[in-house]
Amino acid sequence: MGASVVPILVFTILWGIVGIVLPFVVPKGPNRGILQVVLMLTAATCWLFWLCCYLSQINPLIGPKLSNRTVLLMAREWVS
Amino acid sequence: MGNLFRSEEMTLCQLFLQSEAAYACVSELGELGLVQFRDLNPDVNAFQRKFVNEVRRCDEMERKLRYLEKEIKKDGIPMLDTGENPEAPQPREMIDLEATFEKLENELREVNQNAEALKRNFLELTELKHILRKTQVFFDEAEYGCYPTYYSSSQMADPSREEEQVTLLGEEGLRAGGQALKLGFVAGVILRERIPAFERMLWRACRGNVFLRQAEIETPLEDPSSGDNVFKSVFIIFFQGDQLKTRVKKICEGFRATLYPCPEAPADRREMAMGVMTRLEDLNTVLGQTQDHRHRVLVAAAKNIKNWFVKVRKIKAIYHTLNLFNLDVTQKCLIAECWVPVLDLETIQLALRRGTERSGSSVPPILNRMESFEDPPTYNRTNKFTYGFQVLIDAYGVATYREVNPAPYTIITFPFLFAIMFGDLGHGLLMALFAGWMVLREKPLAAKKSDSEIWNIFFGGRYVILLMGLFSMYTGFVYNDIFSKSLNIFGSYWTVNYNKSTVVTNKDLQLNPSTDDYYQHPYPIGLDPVWQVAENKIIFMNAYKMKISIIVGVFHMLFGVCLSLWNYMYFRKRISIFCEFIPQMIFLCFLFLYMVILMFIKWTCYGPKTDDVKTSPYCAPSILITFINMVLFNENSAPEVCDQYMYSGQRPFQMLLVVIALLCIPWMLFAKPMLTIRNQRRMHVLLNSNHQNHAVGSENGDAEAALAQGQIPPPLPPHKEEEELPIGEILIHQGIHTIEYVLGSVSHTASYLRLWALSLAHAQLSEVLWNMVLRNGLMFEGWVGGIALWITFAIWSTLTVAILVLMEGLSAFLHTLRLHWVEFQSKFYQGMGYDFQPFSFEAILDSAAQAPEE
Repeated sequence: MGASVVPILVFTILWGIVGIVLPFVVPKGPNRGILQVVLMLTAATCWLFWLCCYLSQINPLIGPKLSNRTVLLMAREWVS
Repeated sequence: MGNLFRSEEMTLCQLFLQSEAAYACVSELGELGLVQFRDLNPDVNAFQRKFVNEVRRCDEMERKLRYLEKEIKKDGIPMLDTGENPEAPQPREMIDLEATFEKLENELREVNQNAEALKRNFLELTELKHILRKTQVFFDEAEYGCYPTYYSSSQMADPSREEEQVTLLGEEGLRAGGQALKLGFVAGVILRERIPAFERMLWRACRGNVFLRQAEIETPLEDPSSGDNVFKSVFIIFFQGDQLKTRVKKICEGFRATLYPCPEAPADRREMAMGVMTRLEDLNTVLGQTQDHRHRVLVAAAKNIKNWFVKVRKIKAIYHTLNLFNLDVTQKCLIAECWVPVLDLETIQLALRRGTERSGSSVPPILNRMESFEDPPTYNRTNKFTYGFQVLIDAYGVATYREVNPAPYTIITFPFLFAIMFGDLGHGLLMALFAGWMVLREKPLAAKKSDSEIWNIFFGGRYVILLMGLFSMYTGFVYNDIFSKSLNIFGSYWTVNYNKSTVVTNKDLQLNPSTDDYYQHPYPIGLDPVWQVAENKIIFMNAYKMKISIIVGVFHMLFGVCLSLWNYMYFRKRISIFCEFIPQMIFLCFLFLYMVILMFIKWTCYGPKTDDVKTSPYCAPSILITFINMVLFNENSAPEVCDQYMYSGQRPFQMLLVVIALLCIPWMLFAKPMLTIRNQRRMHVLLNSNHQNHAVGSENGDAEAALAQGQIPPPLPPHKEEEELPIGEILIHQGIHTIEYVLGSVSHTASYLRLWALSLAHAQLSEVLWNMVLRNGLMFEGWVGGIALWITFAIWSTLTVAILVLMEGLSAFLHTLRLHWVEFQSKFYQGMGYDFQPFSFEAILDSAAQAPEE
């Protein structure tokens, strides 16, 4: 399919560290439980959000419709 | 367990206090703020309580303090607020305080009265001075050159004449009447506004036979009682005869004009004027000294007044609380009942011991735990960070005692759902900066107690706003939207391959993802920047955002249902796990989680760069139509070349899912009532058999009873006995729950589409502001462009903050709140508890400080 391995790996590992590894390292104190929940939920929600955005673009069903000025600009500025 | 996940365990305690030590102990408990007292004398009138006299004395002291405060404010003296928190004084010190306040109040009242009398005197003398000056003018005018006319009575004071006689009509009058007419006059001062009416009244009442001259006093005079500056005028009325004199005097009284004795002879007048000036000077000096004295008294009082207020309020609070206690039979000891968090029992014991030591009593207080069947209050121990989120939850309903508290999860899900709707890197940055400023400058901002309710709301929710801002920055980065423009960090993964002639001849061109236009793997983080400049951006974004709304919504609701499992496990309601949790999960998962899975399948399996037309964009099915067909048991229709279904076996599999989900409905509806009724019958039988066994008293019976009792499920945690509800009610309850859940799951899933709707609205508003406002400023060159840009930037930034950050922020906040309160919490939350309101001086002082400033 159209997915590249690197971003998926990087992001999953990143949020995996935040959500799975860090909760074990949280210092003991009255707020330990809250911090763990916060870390896990942050990791889960942010990873899910990024994943949905990524997956929705790997197989685009339509392409962008550009005005001809935009096409010319793109060709000049963005295409190396 | 972890502190915020459930409300604290509370226990009802009985407190035995010796009468001498009671005051000090309650004072210590008030500083601690961990105990909620119950009113043990609910049917006693407020006037019949034990400590009503002390409360009355405190009220009186507060009244005196308020009077002092008013006077201090009138003089504009700043009141020192050192922020220190003095302890509640001992009862014997109360008498000292009362004496001090009494003395201060009396002194102030005396000073005020004296000042008023002096000012009145001053006013009279000033008016007299003006009269003497002005009437001089009148009499002078009369002397120097007025001719007798029909109306004027110019010939008046003839300085050469010794007798005070003036002839009104001059020679003619003498000739005509024969007798010289004696003209009397009165002089006085009246408010300027009243002069026209006064003149008219005089004219009418005296039939035109009196003559009024008046002159305005230029400087305004101070009215002693009200302190206003008023404009007055001097007048002099000439009349003849006693009748007119009486009439004139009455009219003057009616119009509240003050009359002054004015000597006619100018020499007398001059003498009087000098006397008046001397007296005025003396009065001025005395007045000045009085004001100084008053000022000194007030300044001395202003140093301590905040302290005194705190002390008096604390005393009053302690006596109010003592009124809630019961006096025991021996009359030596006070009994109190209070709700206390179990974890804090040690701290409270220490406080009580401190109080007893302070009061010098020998008998230690006794704190007894009591068993109770009542519902304890719900106490969530929060810190400054979690407080904001707990408030959001409690606003909907305080959690039932010891049920799962949604607040810790809300810390992240609330800002996250907000951010999906608000996603813009720029606006999120503004929000985060504002909240960050509030958080970093917490202490000084909190010390500055403000009246503005809006500011207090923003400041109280600063951590919520900070998290909302940070998450909005993340989602803004993923949406690739900063003030409606996109960032191109990694280079767009779409490119143009058209040649020049095609571009020039066609106004719009569309890139084809199945060709080299698309690099075949997506932009690593977020949306590709090409979409921002595309004309059909909304079509792509709609499909994307609708899907993520449903995905997030289904996961949120699933999380809510799982929390209900945790509740059932804690309260040992195994029936509910089997009859409610499992069918609810199955219903939600088999229908809506399946739809989410279909979405993921569509994203991954259907793509443009494929040889098989069946997985090409042409054949990609609409998830919504597929779902509708699934529920209605219809056949999918697809164009000729495409597969009817996404995977083989989809139709029978889907039918199976729907059938099982539908079977969950009667499961939810009938299983729990039936089991409950069966249990109730079993209990009845057991109770009956127990009675019989005890009546007989046989060993066998006892053993049987013991066996039978062993089969009953383990006892619940300290909890009120479940009342036996009639069968009809159980069925109705369950029916309502089932309908609510089933219909709710459909409507709530659709309700999460508001995440898409608001996100679209926000993006469009942002774009409109850029295109219609700021872009116009960027179109000019040179210094004209500089000015134009400056103006348009001002407009654009004002509108951005007002509309996009504030209004849209508020709107997204409300929608997120609704999603949490309704869609999330209806899956597990009962919210039927009541809040723990401990006896705390801090709370009382805060509310007292707020109240009068409103």
